[in-house]
Amino acid sequence: MGVGGDDVICLNRLSKTFRVGFWGKKVTAVDQVSLAVRRGEVFGFLGPNGAGKTTTLKMLMGLIYPTSGTATIFGYPIGTPQAKARLGFLPESPYFYDYLTGREFLRFYGHLFGLRGAWLERRVDELLEVVGMAHARDLQLRKFSKGMLQRVGIAQALINDPELVVLDEPMSGLDPIGRKEVRDLILRLKESGKTVLFSSHILHDAELLCDRVAMIMKGRLVACGHVSDLLAGGATQEAELLVERLLPEALERMRSFAKKVVLQGEQVMVVLASQQDVDRAIDLVRSVKGKVVSLTPQKASLEDLFIREAKGAREPVEVAA
Amino acid sequence: MKILSIAFNTFRENLRDKLLYNLLIFALLMIGSSIIISKLTLGDFDRLMIDIGLASVNLFGVLIAIFIGIGLVSKEIDKKTIYTIVSKPVARYQFLLGKYLGLLVTLLINTTIMTGGLLVVLWARNVTVEGLLFQAVGMIFVEFMVMTAVAMLFSTFTSTTLSAIFTLAIYVIGHLTPDLKTFGEKMDELGRLVMNGLYYTLPNLERFNLKGHVIHHQAISGTDLVLIACYGLAYTAMLLFLAALIFERRDFR
Repeated sequence: MGVGGDDVICLNRLSKTFRVGFWGKKVTAVDQVSLAVRRGEVFGFLGPNGAGKTTTLKMLMGLIYPTSGTATIFGYPIGTPQAKARLGFLPESPYFYDYLTGREFLRFYGHLFGLRGAWLERRVDELLEVVGMAHARDLQLRKFSKGMLQRVGIAQALINDPELVVLDEPMSGLDPIGRKEVRDLILRLKESGKTVLFSSHILHDAELLCDRVAMIMKGRLVACGHVSDLLAGGATQEAELLVERLLPEALERMRSFAKKVVLQGEQVMVVLASQQDVDRAIDLVRSVKGKVVSLTPQKASLEDLFIREAKGAREPVEVAA
Repeated sequence: MKILSIAFNTFRENLRDKLLYNLLIFALLMIGSSIIISKLTLGDFDRLMIDIGLASVNLFGVLIAIFIGIGLVSKEIDKKTIYTIVSKPVARYQFLLGKYLGLLVTLLINTTIMTGGLLVVLWARNVTVEGLLFQAVGMIFVEFMVMTAVAMLFSTFTSTTLSAIFTLAIYVIGHLTPDLKTFGEKMDELGRLVMNGLYYTLPNLERFNLKGHVIHHQAISGTDLVLIACYGLAYTAMLLFLAALIFERRDFR
């Protein structure tokens, strides 16, 4: 986690404590999170619902003030106009001015960056094209579907041609086609040299897209690094073997070393923990003239890591007096 | 420039709000109805028409200022539209000023339309219109500026409903502040201190009411007009400054 010149976002022990309820009870939403996002990478910010992802992103955007710790964007302290000038932000399940048409909406956000004139008009049309909303340029946002809102939301995040794009749960609530489109868009942004930071609880998307990920649980950073490194740490050699025509006594012998044996009608599904066990199982099946239907290695996924960390972080949310 | 963009967007938001048109139609109906009422009166019908007309401009303008003003900021927070604004390179005070100016433009146009309606009614009944009438309308507009700032101040830290109640309360008390002082004089030391405190901190909205002058054809000196306007502007500036201070420190959760 270097703090070199190539770090676009840099968090240093960033914390946020909220006061909730009538008595102002303190609840720590984000607890001393330190991490850095490097130029040009797609960075996934992962964690279950309520882990503190949105709170962290809101602090970066200057919507919430940190209780302690510091953070910079492009070297400028968060919340300053300089920090915000070269970034684009899409909030979680965005709500927009529904009385505006698609074009008025983007034009307005362009004005907030000081953009004007023919260049802005071109940019607005271009972006509506990019997110596939050119047909709705003169339609009021109140008539948009959720997927359409998400698309113009992404368009407004890109209006200033930002170097850094921050997306809060960009895939949530979208259908599979919409999710694929968002994924493609993130990859296009990466190709054009942008840095992308997005939060998600959908791990599959993160696995497909991210160079590096950070995982946050109950406000604390539990893992951060390259997807491949994180997965290597929890790599398993597990394999799933599907066989047919297995005699009962062979089944019993199989049970003695297999991790799991599941009868599925004519077929038997065997989960094996190591390569050695796989060899043993195949020998056994052959010796009784059984038939191997398939052998599938179980790749470690972010999901396994996620669940492992979630179990580890079971202590309750920190509540100070 | 950013302030103007936000102001223009707020103005556009107001124009596409049905509440505005409802209030405007009611105001024009009320001004128009003064023709019928004046027919039921013996003599002095021009006084009555000016009285009802100016009161309508005042009342409906204040209603617009309050009911759109309280939503200016709290609606943006409730609907989370503020997230996309504050995350842009826009200072929070710029956002606040833009919202304020946007509503002020809406009010200016509304006041012009309502005054136009009043002039048509007066012209139809052959009532001579003095310059004093326009001075009165001008002061009514200064009152709108103060009331919009009051509504906005409340909406930076409390809910829409509470803002409406507080702002209406300020409007009513603001027209009765001289009574507060009179009350205080009849109380003990502490009561007098409290009442005097309220008298000096709450806006004295009755200062902006020149209806009596128009009806009784009492001219008001230029110095007085300037002083009253300055009082209104200074009070507005103070309210906006307070609103900006509160808004600057807020977390948008």
